[in-house]
Amino acid sequence: MSEPSTSVADNILDVEKIRKDFPILTQTVRGKPLIYLDNAATTHKPNSVIERVRKFDAEEYGTVRRGAYSLSEKATQLYEESRQKVADFMGAEKKGEIVFTSGTTQAINLVAHSFGKRFINAGDEIIISNIEHHANTVPWQVLCEERGAKLKVIPVSDDGELIMEEYEKLLSSKTRMVAVNHVSNALGTINPVKEITAKAHAVGAKVLIDGAQSSAHMKLDVQDIDCDFYTFSGHKMYAPSGIGGVYGKMELWEELPPYVTGGDMITEVTLEKATYAKPPARFEAGTPPITQVIGLGAAIDYLNGIGMDKISDYENTLLEYGTRLFKEIEGVRIIGNARHKASLISFSINGAHPSDGHPHDVVSWLDRDGIACRGGHHCAQPTMIRYGVPATTRASMAFYNTTEELDALAESIRNGFPYGFVAL
Amino acid sequence: MSYDKELYQQVILDHNRKPRNFHVIENASHNCHGVNPLCGDDITVYLNVDEEAGKIDEVSFQGSGCAICKASTSLMTAFLKGKTVEEAKQIKEEFHKMILGEFDPEKEEHHMGKLTLFMGIREYPSRTKCASLPWHTLIGALDKKFDGISTE
Repeated sequence: MSEPSTSVADNILDVEKIRKDFPILTQTVRGKPLIYLDNAATTHKPNSVIERVRKFDAEEYGTVRRGAYSLSEKATQLYEESRQKVADFMGAEKKGEIVFTSGTTQAINLVAHSFGKRFINAGDEIIISNIEHHANTVPWQVLCEERGAKLKVIPVSDDGELIMEEYEKLLSSKTRMVAVNHVSNALGTINPVKEITAKAHAVGAKVLIDGAQSSAHMKLDVQDIDCDFYTFSGHKMYAPSGIGGVYGKMELWEELPPYVTGGDMITEVTLEKATYAKPPARFEAGTPPITQVIGLGAAIDYLNGIGMDKISDYENTLLEYGTRLFKEIEGVRIIGNARHKASLISFSINGAHPSDGHPHDVVSWLDRDGIACRGGHHCAQPTMIRYGVPATTRASMAFYNTTEELDALAESIRNGFPYGFVAL
Repeated sequence: MSYDKELYQQVILDHNRKPRNFHVIENASHNCHGVNPLCGDDITVYLNVDEEAGKIDEVSFQGSGCAICKASTSLMTAFLKGKTVEEAKQIKEEFHKMILGEFDPEKEEHHMGKLTLFMGIREYPSRTKCASLPWHTLIGALDKKFDGISTE
């Protein structure tokens, strides 16, 4: 059963070689080899990132953008080189269109705050979807409440796809912002972001794409999508935690007021007032996570070394393989069956005993076999409500995962039914 | 008693599939709603307490959650019937310390009876809240915490 898929997968990437780059994958958990399938939550770091961060801290670390001495100048140069790497990776036109934040959550909060302050007024409308992470839901709810605007929600089909006809009906001259994810963290759905953007622009609205789940799994081209903002998190793309950011079109950044204020985001400060710096500095007050930015640059080098197209192709074979395996297990229901999906399988257990197989029990059960999956609402409670489940178990794959690991996952799930997934 | 993992598994499974005292007590003298916001366990514990004797006459629950939460609540209700309020509070303290790994019922005197089955939860730190939610909710009911109990 596994042979054809394995050979197809092996033709795309040399996974055994890649796995050697990730030291954490060699460890055992509860006596079993670690099978890490929670990559949608956070990813692990290759040696090149770990070593780059170590070397930077040991030999090159200094403050950025202010010191006039060699160490600081060199650190600033490396920091800005990382920004260039991010810009190229995302397909941005200009390096300065990339603003660093702590991650996607802060990135969306930045846009909601700054864009909202400048452009959202009473009676305006903001559109999100039914399958957003709380990070792309709550900032807009808060903004709407503050400004007297209205939040509208694109409904989703039983398979987990946004219903585009309904989206079109929500759009109007009152729409100011459409904020949707590129990939749903709870279902894996890949949304048609280019089409969504074009339709929003047709009514004069701006578009934010939450790229937390897409940036490490597919080739990005923000200019082709034509979105106005695109957010990402470093720790979901093999970089350190605490760094991420947002791409924004320069002409839009230039119009926005700052979100956080303080040092480094001004050109001049008197006791009465301050003049704001140009983007991106205007949105990067305070000393940034310098080491993490260097680590992010190294992670992008690593991804480029493999090639995003290859990563995407390989992860697709994992998705197809895993989906086929799961469909063969009686009592497993896959939540999210969109035609275009990222390498993520959300599922619930529907066995002979309805009370068996709560995601938290399943996760503990899998942990006994060294398998790390996520169980919960995935910070997407409106999505869970839509599909009538309190939570799901989720296996999210990366290019360092193998079909053999998915076999082990399926085997562990099968073994769990007679024991009601109660881990010993 | 020594810890038996297979017995633990059987008992949890049994109580999850067939929870005891799984009903509402109408006009209960005490009740409290408890939730684990992070994982969605959601239970309500009902009690009829004989205030004069300080004794728990009746105890039941309703709700949804994982197997550990439901089984822990079911076993708690079965165990507490007829106990005094003071005993219940002492057992809660022992139980809570046990699942955190701070109290070893194999070495120290305790009042938990077969509830010591839950000792193994200490190997799953992320699951201790599932097992302890009914006990926190019980104390909430006894202390008349009308806003309910949240483990976060």
